[in-house]
Amino acid sequence: MIRFETVFKRYPGSREALSGVSMSMDTGEMAFLTGRSGAGKSTMLKLIGLLERPTRGQVIVNGRNIGGIKRRQIPAFRRQIGMVFQDHKLLNDRSVFDNVALPLVIAGLGLKESGKRVRAALDQVGLLHTEKVRPMTLSTGEQQRVGIARAVVSKPSLLIADEPTGNLDPGLSLEIMRIFERFNEVGTTVLIASHDLHLISQLGHRRIELSEGRLTFGGEGENGHG
Amino acid sequence: MAKPMARARKRKPTRPERRPRPSRRNSGRRSASARLPRFTNLLIDHARVLVASLGRLASQPLSTLMTVAVIGIALALPAGLQLLVANVRALSGHWQGAAELSVYLQPDVELTAAEKLADGLRADPWIAEVQLISADSALAEFRESSGFGDALEALPENPLPHVIVVLPAADRQSSEDVATLRDKLEEDLPAELVQADTEWVARLQAMLEVVRRVVLLAAVMLAVGVVIIVGNTIRLDIQNRRDEIEVTKLIGGTDAFIRRPFLYTGIWYGLMGGLLALALVASSLWALDEPIRRLSGLYGSGFRLQGPGFAGGVGLTLAGIVLGWLGSWASATRNMRRIEPGHEK
Repeated sequence: MIRFETVFKRYPGSREALSGVSMSMDTGEMAFLTGRSGAGKSTMLKLIGLLERPTRGQVIVNGRNIGGIKRRQIPAFRRQIGMVFQDHKLLNDRSVFDNVALPLVIAGLGLKESGKRVRAALDQVGLLHTEKVRPMTLSTGEQQRVGIARAVVSKPSLLIADEPTGNLDPGLSLEIMRIFERFNEVGTTVLIASHDLHLISQLGHRRIELSEGRLTFGGEGENGHG
Repeated sequence: MAKPMARARKRKPTRPERRPRPSRRNSGRRSASARLPRFTNLLIDHARVLVASLGRLASQPLSTLMTVAVIGIALALPAGLQLLVANVRALSGHWQGAAELSVYLQPDVELTAAEKLADGLRADPWIAEVQLISADSALAEFRESSGFGDALEALPENPLPHVIVVLPAADRQSSEDVATLRDKLEEDLPAELVQADTEWVARLQAMLEVVRRVVLLAAVMLAVGVVIIVGNTIRLDIQNRRDEIEVTKLIGGTDAFIRRPFLYTGIWYGLMGGLLALALVASSLWALDEPIRRLSGLYGSGFRLQGPGFAGGVGLTLAGIVLGWLGSWASATRNMRRIEPGHEK
């Protein structure tokens, strides 16, 4: 599902964020991307979502070398990926329902079908009752769950999350991770960047570790693809 | 990687099979029946954005009103001037038909000689009608219409010459032909002065042409102004909705999708500006109608101000819409590009 082949990334005017990272992840796998802040976790996720382009090396997502995706093709590509962010990136000028429905509106889905899918997604994160309220009125944990609902509403085969529990207490963090696990159980590939090693060890999934832009642990999956 | 993909799908029994959504370029491969609801949904989305953008404008009535007012005035100015030119042209058109030539004979030409000259002109194929106004009848008429009766009595003799009024044949009324005829009459007749009444009309026409050009230039400049005004308003709007644009880009919104609300905002501005311009022109006409009618009545003319008409009204409104759309399109396309998610780090 995801493959990095000796990927380098240097941001203009700063040191190398990634130095020759190679790793691969199978379809249906769930993995954690760990390391200190600044180790390159976010950069890797940004490369997968085409928020950034690698300086060198190749990134393959879903069997496709995404280096060949042109600017105008990026939206269609991103619609195949669910992305969850530490700061949720919800829009506070509209209801929870409208936030979650946005990917479907973009995809041009009909109102009736959209309504069904949005409610299903909200139900899966346990927030069906909040559809009419504004995200701002919810707790941080609830807002993150709305973010997850928005990421999964169009049923992507790949879900990536950047520090989704960064602002949450341990109890809530575990709850969020359990939600990701449930999506993984039904076949979605899940990659989560997190520095919370204690939480990760509780869950026992594959761990990919980065340190100062280099991969130090877990680059190859159990099946050894790539 | 294709194989594990297939495996994964089999492992997803609880969900309907999901294929990656094809990009728009690939949509040709879909059957027409599959594309039809997609098209309907697109229309529905357009309708949704149409209404939503109007709602957004209505939620900030003051700034909307100011923008609309600026657009309306900018459009009303050239439209009003254009109408003025059209009216003056219509007015001068009334007179152009009467392309008469007045031949003022030299004072020493006797009436009998004048009659002979007039008869001679009647044979000319270029001339349709000849009328001789004797000095005496001219004086009588002048005395009656001018009110200077007593003063004229004091004159020792009639100061007026005999005048031959010549109406060119119907096919000889162009300004060149009239000028040729005038030169000929000046040469052939013992005339003090041959005056073509069309001359001032031609001059007026030439002046109107200049004014028309000026109006056109002003219209172009003001149109550019409208585009810039709408563009700048949209630019501020985009800055205010930066988060929304960024998030929409993150979750795969196309440029067209993101641009759509701004385009409709621009179209609304243009439509409302165009209608306001129309209202301004119409109310100016209404205010001028009565005095103009009185003035033309004093000149014994039935002239009335012409309005822009249905076509003019539609044209003005359409011009507003097109300019609003143009301004918002240019601004949205330019400013949206600058908002890219993920560049902050």
